[in-house]
Amino acid sequence: MADLSTSYMGLPLINPLIASSSPLTGNLDDARRLEDAGAAAIILPSLFEEELLQDQQQMHEFMDHQAIGHGEADSFLPPSSDYKSHLDHYLETIATIKAAIDIPVIGSLNGVSLAGWLEHGADLQQAGCDALELNIYYVPANPEETGSDVESRYLQILENLCAQFTLPIGIKISHSFSSIAHFVRQLERAGAKGTALFNRFYQPDIDLSSLQVTPKIQLSNSIESLERIRWIALLRAHVQMDLAATGGFHDANDVIKAVLAGADAVYLCSSLLQHGIQRLPEILSDISDWMHVHEYESIAQLKGSVCQKHAIEPAAYERANYLKTLKSYQRSDNN
Amino acid sequence: MDYQLCTHCGKCAFVCPHGVIRSKAFPAELAAHAPAGFEHVPIKGKDYPEGMHISYQVSAEDCTGCTLCVDICPIRDKSQANYKAINMAPLEPVRAAHQANWTFFLQLPDYDRQQLKLKTIKGSMLGQPLFEFSGACSGCGETPYIKLATQLFGDRMLVANATGCSSIYGGNLPTTPWAKNQQGRGPAWNNSLFEDNAEFGLGMRLAIDKQQQFASELLIQLKESLDTELVDALLHADQADEAGIHQQRLRVNELQHALQQLSEPLARRLETIADSLCKRSVWIIGGDGWAYDIGFGGLDHVLASGKDVNILVLDTEVYSNTGGQTSKATPRGAVAKFSAAGKDTAKKDLARIAMDYEHVYVAHVAYGSKDVQTLHAFIEAESFQGPSLIIAYAPCIAHGVDLKNNHKQQQLAVESGHWPLFRFDPRLAAEGKNPLHLDSKPPSIPYREFVQSETRFSMLWRAHPERAEEILQQSQQEVRERFYRYQQLAALSWEEEEHTVPHTESEEGKHHG
Repeated sequence: MADLSTSYMGLPLINPLIASSSPLTGNLDDARRLEDAGAAAIILPSLFEEELLQDQQQMHEFMDHQAIGHGEADSFLPPSSDYKSHLDHYLETIATIKAAIDIPVIGSLNGVSLAGWLEHGADLQQAGCDALELNIYYVPANPEETGSDVESRYLQILENLCAQFTLPIGIKISHSFSSIAHFVRQLERAGAKGTALFNRFYQPDIDLSSLQVTPKIQLSNSIESLERIRWIALLRAHVQMDLAATGGFHDANDVIKAVLAGADAVYLCSSLLQHGIQRLPEILSDISDWMHVHEYESIAQLKGSVCQKHAIEPAAYERANYLKTLKSYQRSDNN
Repeated sequence: MDYQLCTHCGKCAFVCPHGVIRSKAFPAELAAHAPAGFEHVPIKGKDYPEGMHISYQVSAEDCTGCTLCVDICPIRDKSQANYKAINMAPLEPVRAAHQANWTFFLQLPDYDRQQLKLKTIKGSMLGQPLFEFSGACSGCGETPYIKLATQLFGDRMLVANATGCSSIYGGNLPTTPWAKNQQGRGPAWNNSLFEDNAEFGLGMRLAIDKQQQFASELLIQLKESLDTELVDALLHADQADEAGIHQQRLRVNELQHALQQLSEPLARRLETIADSLCKRSVWIIGGDGWAYDIGFGGLDHVLASGKDVNILVLDTEVYSNTGGQTSKATPRGAVAKFSAAGKDTAKKDLARIAMDYEHVYVAHVAYGSKDVQTLHAFIEAESFQGPSLIIAYAPCIAHGVDLKNNHKQQQLAVESGHWPLFRFDPRLAAEGKNPLHLDSKPPSIPYREFVQSETRFSMLWRAHPERAEEILQQSQQEVRERFYRYQQLAALSWEEEEHTVPHTESEEGKHHG
């Protein structure tokens, strides 16, 4: 039996598969099922500071501020002291899940202000998370803001959090940085213990009947994993911190490729939502079979063995390969 | 308003909770001396004579900025999706121009009510609202229903108004939103106690009927002193439509003139009640706290009476005016005062109770979901010569929603099955047709989508999430079953079948004895 153990953000993992933020990781029953199915760790659904502020504002508005000018109707809903905020509920869930499962529980946070990151980071640490992932889910649409501004802000946040907290801190980034390799190395210097590549942004869609712009959830597919694999292969030799691949990992082949490229862990989300939690043991079994057939003894052995530094043709990861790729394409009507 | 885009559909005027947006159709030449910025265009549609123009005006200073007119407008600019035929604008730059336009607009004549196409939104909105600029909340879900009733029947309405929100925004004396038209006619409005509004309105009906009966008796007694043709026409007038009502008003004027020439004491008595020969429309208006709850006994009594009254229930599903207490209209799972852990039981199905009488016209409406159904329900209810009950869904700030989403909340209520739309017209049964007509489709979105959009429901997840989920499952089941039951009722064949009534033994004996 091959040794599947690895680590991410310094946390020992029994295998590279982490159940990433999704509705499945936000409740006790599914968290238990994920552990039983073989997940090496779970990442809780992200706590969005913006959402918390909106939640507080909305509750305040609807519950406390509806006085319309006469004494009989200075409020419409019963007093709010008994009600839990979204944050209360979130922290309670962490504590409950943490108490019930043995695998690492990683908190995920998306803030809009430095104070917010620090305040809620402390909340997550206190609730018992084993590590904290900063989920950079930000659309830099302001034309006055430079790429350096965006990068500096996140580096500053990371430095502040690392200075303040004892638990390991990782970061999940999108591919929308102009120099990913440089930025990831900066993250490591700022204290990150791990980086997950890449976040997927839900893309708004245009409803053709109403012309409304509406949020749309599209699950990933395996094609998307290739970009992640490429960047992990490129980065592997340049950073010491752990790297995780996220976005488009659906089967054992996808996972094995990521590990070969240098990933310490691989996040699963869409595949579990699409196929159910039973997908986990299937992937684990397929990985073991592949390793057995190809005579690998451990994940440690194969990890990074096809990263850019160790690749048979290192330039293949870096070259645009545009013309070659294009020429290799044949129209279906020529077949 | 952008008249290049506007199709004159009238929806903006329909939904305006404060009666701020108006439309008038008038001969173009009347606008010859209009202020420079007064816009008017030839009216679209073949229902209107050549040369008629239409103008939509906004009383800008009375607008509360609820944005519902813009929300409902169906017309978007082809090259700018966020620009519609009506758009919000800062008040100050347009205040003076709008004041001048509004003043000019008010003095234009109203469209001849006999020519109004009341069964269309566009046509009905040419009727003057006789309920305007009320003190209701911005975006109120109740007032568009009251306003609509006054546009359709306001010049002959008697209103019995239960104490509650509608009596507060409807009677913030010394001001009043109840208005009169250019002929000086308008609703006669009265406010009853909370608990007896139905009986209060029934009293109005009985008084009118008695006055009409007495006036008819006096007419017959004075027949020989009056033009007998006029007397017969007065006694047998068909007042089923605006033209018939108009003719009767002319006859009553003629009668009043003739009575002045008579010296008999009976003529003096008839003079005082001759107006009662014109058709009156009695409206009993109140909220769900009154209709489902505190005043339900009286409401039931009035429904059972068979008398010609129109009952409008403005259903916010909670005691709104007194600060959000649970009523029997409050749905299962909603958090309200006295139901802090979410209401345990289902909402009372008042419509079904009323339908069981089989002689009551019943409509379940939500104008933000289907405005034409609401309009037709009001017209049918008023024309039905018996008790009519319109239960109108009314989003309220007590629901914990921003009322700029008023229409969206109504759509969610209908699409989730929380608020099915239907009409039950006993006249159809008399024609051998099924009296129940469903106006909405089976639930098409999960009930969860509706309840999680309103704080009154969603807050239960914050306090008792397991209980909230359990209640949600029950509610989901309930709305499906309720729609299915209505669907079955609406599908029943109503044609009379040959029934063989079995004879009892004693009857058999009688026949043979």
